[in-house]
Amino acid sequence: MAAITVENLVKTYTVAERRPGTWGALTSLAHRRQREVHALAGVSFSIQPGELVGYIGPNGAGKSTTVKILSGILVPSGGSATVLGRVPWEQRIAHVAQIGVVFGQRTQLWWDLPVTESFDLLREIYRVPPDQYRRTRDELVDIMNLAGLLDTPVRQLSLGQRMRCDLAAALLHRPQILFLDEPTIGLDAVAKLAVRDLVRRLNREQGLTVILTTHDMDDIESLCTRVILINEGRILLDGTLEHMRQMVTTERRMAIILADEATWIEVEDAQVLHRDGLRLTLSFDPERISAAQLIGDISSRYAIRDLYVENAPIEEIVAQIYMDRTA
Amino acid sequence: MRPYLAIVSARTRMLLQYRAAAIAGFGTQLFWGWIRVAIFTAFFQSGGAAQPMTLTDTITYLWLTQALLLLLPFRIDAEMQAMVRDGSVAYELTRPADLYWYWFSRQLAARVAPTILRAGPLMLAAGILFGMQPPASWLAAGLFLLGFLCALMLSTAITTLMAISLLWTTTGDGLARLLSLVAQFLSGSYVPILLFPDWSQPILAVLPFRGIMDTPFRLYLGTLAGPEAACAMLHQLLWASLLVLLGRAILARGVTRMVVQGG
Repeated sequence: MAAITVENLVKTYTVAERRPGTWGALTSLAHRRQREVHALAGVSFSIQPGELVGYIGPNGAGKSTTVKILSGILVPSGGSATVLGRVPWEQRIAHVAQIGVVFGQRTQLWWDLPVTESFDLLREIYRVPPDQYRRTRDELVDIMNLAGLLDTPVRQLSLGQRMRCDLAAALLHRPQILFLDEPTIGLDAVAKLAVRDLVRRLNREQGLTVILTTHDMDDIESLCTRVILINEGRILLDGTLEHMRQMVTTERRMAIILADEATWIEVEDAQVLHRDGLRLTLSFDPERISAAQLIGDISSRYAIRDLYVENAPIEEIVAQIYMDRTA
Repeated sequence: MRPYLAIVSARTRMLLQYRAAAIAGFGTQLFWGWIRVAIFTAFFQSGGAAQPMTLTDTITYLWLTQALLLLLPFRIDAEMQAMVRDGSVAYELTRPADLYWYWFSRQLAARVAPTILRAGPLMLAAGILFGMQPPASWLAAGLFLLGFLCALMLSTAITTLMAISLLWTTTGDGLARLLSLVAQFLSGSYVPILLFPDWSQPILAVLPFRGIMDTPFRLYLGTLAGPEAACAMLHQLLWASLLVLLGRAILARGVTRMVVQGG
């Protein structure tokens, strides 16, 4: 049975519009202009237990709205959804006991309390039996390397430390599904790697189902086997990363480090994208010329020091899809 | 009950840390109390007509209002206000707890913590220095405690209602200020209810606000006893239940139309 099933989900907000300027403010007092915003315009997908799904899209695409509906916070305007067999907004209390939620921009810890007291409080709120709680907490403290942070008030933690604690807090009641809404936002490179590593381990080792929204394509590339791409409230794509790449372009890239400055390379089946000193980037279509052929071709004719083949950066692919669809 | 008690105790412990505020509050309340006692004494000594309350009772009543001032539905739990503004309120809905009682617990802590920080020292100081009398009898003391607990429920129910209004107004200051001003005046915290004009007495008797201050204080003074005392406490509980039901109904509506601020 699917862990999450979403069918034709719709969420419409009514926004009061104010005309600009002082006069606008005054007329708006007498007459409110209202506008309907379709945050979700019929979204459907289903997620199996143990999947790690990246849910991506530009700002305002409807990512967070979806997550908030599935985590029982918002009530949709239409459509249906079941999570672990329950309708989140109808059986909220039973539903939220089975899920964990982390919003990267906010904390669920009590700002003025030491981390460990926040954890204890969450134990009470989720009614976790004491010995199960102790086991889970110790395990999480161990995995996330929190031992030195437990007695620190949350306001004194760095963002990276806080995010690790927030992740642990979301897992204390052993949820079956974890919703992560931009968990790496604002984190430095090391902290990002740490969070990614944790999410990957939880998914692989404990079979946790994870839904991850992010703007960081490295998150997606390193974690997700499946990507759901959404824009303007509609799903553009639901498939693997590879699938997404092919949708835009089959183009591959080759970076070459030349042996000396003077060489100028010209190959029939590849274009030079840019050159920066000794470093050269070529673009080629693997259907016209295979990477092996191209390498052989170049190395037989020119003196090169190093070379490697890479995919088009996923950022560019996503940007391309966003632009194609909005244009 | 467990999760809710945990919230009350955690928030209360948190709020008890604000010692500086409590000390400053203690000084201010003492000073204001002293001025108010002086004013009422002057009125009693110059006014010819017989008053419905003795001066000694009035002085004790005034000190009780000073000591328990923060029992009034003054402001919403600051943490909650911040949560609604920045959208962290979303997390509140991901807790497996009844949202109404969850928020009620927060407001209860916001009422209990500052009140117990100030009440004890102030009553002691006023008793020793400014002629505040002890409860009329042991029975009056017991009834006062009961009435105080009912007042706590009533005031918390009003505060929770103000907190729920945040779902509509985001900042919530407007309604909170208006309601707290009305509550201060009509609860007897400025002028004891018995000293209000005769024509206003039936109205004040029906409104919920006297239950927050006037009822427990008159139980303390022993001027409310027997069946009258039972009636007054019933009035408190009735209003508290009514406001809880109202709060629940409004919250149920609010949740379906909620928008999380800040994406």
